Amino acid sequence: MTNLSRCKIFVDINLCKGCGICIAMCPRKVLTMSSDISPRGFHYPILNGECIGCHICEFYCPDFAIRSVCGD
Amino acid sequence: MRRALLTGNEAIAEGALVAGCNFYVGYPITPSSEIMHYMARELPKRGGIFFQAEDEIATINIAIGASWGGARVMTATSGPGFSLMQEGIGYAVMTETPLVVVNVMRAGPATGQATKPAQGDLMQARWGRHGDQVTPVLAPESPQECIELIIKAFAISEELRVPVIVLTDEFIAHMREVVEIPDRVEIPFRRRPRDSSETPFGSPDPRIAPPMPPLGEGYYVLVTGSTHNEQGYRDTRGFKTHFKLVKRLWNKIWLNIDKLFNYEAWGIEDLEIGFVSFGSTSRSVKKACKILRSKGIKAGYIRLKTLWPLKLKPLIELSERAKIVIVPELNLGQLIFDVERTIRNNVKVISYGKVGGGEPIYPSELVKLAIEVIEK
Amino acid sequence: MMLVDKHFSRKYLREETLPTLFCPGCFNGILINALSKAFEELGIEDLRRFVFVSGIGCSSWIPSPYIRADSLHTLHGRAIPVATGIKLAKPELEAVVIAGDGDLASIGLGHLIHAARRNIDIVTVLVNNYVYGMTRGQVSPTTPTELETPTTPYGAFEYPLDICKVIEATNANYVARWTIAHFTQLKDSIKDVFSRITRGFRFIEVIAPCTTYVSRRLGKTPADTIKDLLRESVMVNKAKSMKDKVIIGVFKFEDKPGYIELYRDYIKRAKLNKR
Repeated sequence: MTNLSRCKIFVDINLCKGCGICIAMCPRKVLTMSSDISPRGFHYPILNGECIGCHICEFYCPDFAIRSVCGD
Repeated sequence: MRRALLTGNEAIAEGALVAGCNFYVGYPITPSSEIMHYMARELPKRGGIFFQAEDEIATINIAIGASWGGARVMTATSGPGFSLMQEGIGYAVMTETPLVVVNVMRAGPATGQATKPAQGDLMQARWGRHGDQVTPVLAPESPQECIELIIKAFAISEELRVPVIVLTDEFIAHMREVVEIPDRVEIPFRRRPRDSSETPFGSPDPRIAPPMPPLGEGYYVLVTGSTHNEQGYRDTRGFKTHFKLVKRLWNKIWLNIDKLFNYEAWGIEDLEIGFVSFGSTSRSVKKACKILRSKGIKAGYIRLKTLWPLKLKPLIELSERAKIVIVPELNLGQLIFDVERTIRNNVKVISYGKVGGGEPIYPSELVKLAIEVIEK
Repeated sequence: MMLVDKHFSRKYLREETLPTLFCPGCFNGILINALSKAFEELGIEDLRRFVFVSGIGCSSWIPSPYIRADSLHTLHGRAIPVATGIKLAKPELEAVVIAGDGDLASIGLGHLIHAARRNIDIVTVLVNNYVYGMTRGQVSPTTPTELETPTTPYGAFEYPLDICKVIEATNANYVARWTIAHFTQLKDSIKDVFSRITRGFRFIEVIAPCTTYVSRRLGKTPADTIKDLLRESVMVNKAKSMKDKVIIGVFKFEDKPGYIELYRDYIKRAKLNKR
């Protein structure tokens, strides 16, 4: 059983275009849009809850910007 | 060396095989189909690839893919198919893809007279592609010269990474003459990059083509018809990238003009009437000149074997020495524009264009015209 | 060590070309992910034995310049003949065409049908975004009726083409349609055409409505569209009496000899022939 608190979300804000797909597709709804903007001018997702490491955000990110990393 | 009795079309095919052509893709069209039939019989036996495509657009694009796949490829067509291939030929110029395209000219435009010879595609062979581009164009006059020039076409295309157009017509395609076929000609394959310092689409010396990376060997080459930099990355915004690229492609041919431009001259040291021609009309010109000389009229000719790139110097010399220049061609007047450009003095330049019904320009017509003009 | 600190797709991409020029929320990137996951699961470390051929349009930019492999970005509608030439000349390469509906199913439709008919040994991924995206969303042969586009300002009225049905009617070995929302099935389909069937014409249509000129015009976000696609699709075996659904699934799965094998037999006959 995955240790939920060890799943982290990494966002490459040089690639993220703030499209919001990951936020909408997350089955646990633990991603929210940041209030500040990246150097490229986009809002980006931040983790606001427990990520279960399903990787759906990774599969559906069109800009290869988000990763969920679990375990050690 | 062996001798055979071949038509011009057969000679094109034989010459291509001697030059190492191992891939033929085409579409049936009169009067070029015999080239395709010949290759359809010969290539499978030799382990080469023969492919009949669904149209000429597929044909030219398959040829481009095959060339990048490492094949030495040729196709042959006539006017309507040649028109369809223009975009593809332009792509081959832009991506520096070696390729040989034979256009066996027939009377046009559109469907025209499919079985009758003409020479109306001269300008199209030079300029048919949109944008700034240059493609070498060669013009044999006989089955023997078909062999010689098709071999030359392959050599040019491999060395300069460029599509080469060979223009014949229905006369040459179907006339049968004794030819001498060389046993084998070694044409070096387009070279591959020596190391990572050599870029696939850039060259420090504009006369030398860049190396062509083979596919499937980890070069990860980016081939694109969009304007691109030396590494192949698309750049559709900057002035410098585009100008540099198209200028280099232009110079690649024009700066090699001494190697590429061939012509035949006869009787021009001392003449009154000069003829300028290419392809099958040249045979009538030669006969007419002999007849005129026998009548005491100093006739001579320039016959272009390379139609593009064009060196004006021989034409200028002709117009300086002759009093009259006659330009016979099986069209309403295209080669004439080249000759008119070279006039430096009061020489009289006459365009003799005739096309239709497969009627050749007879030597007697040229003799009659020459005498009429001289007497004026 | 592989790039564990980067998204899984990035090991197959040209880093220097990122971020992509695709619109925010464009589904092209999701197809790239499906391709990458498929390659990863097949144990393919680098793409040197592949050559990608694309035409003109947004999805044609997927391999050129984003995928790190040999690629040819060719003329509008002509990717399939170019890929055919490459495969015939160098059969050991895996030739993969990626292009859109406005390319392969419009100007290139003739070539598509003939290559499928001949069972040419290439993989074709047709990205169907329902419009001509790159040129600002004009109607294409697959546009659903009633959509407003610059060339159908009063609503598209032509019957759209069911591309898979056309290809299924040819001798192609493999025909499938998925939507971009069906990530796992799409990924598995991609794996199949590189492992379970490796010859003949293998065709995958990917429904990926244009985020800018379809979704946005309809007032939807890209995520809305993904959810719509999940709702509106039905697997082919269940589709019998259903209308207004996008039929997805594998329509055809055959392992007949491809063109290359047929041609090799032909050459054997040629060499035995006394002519």
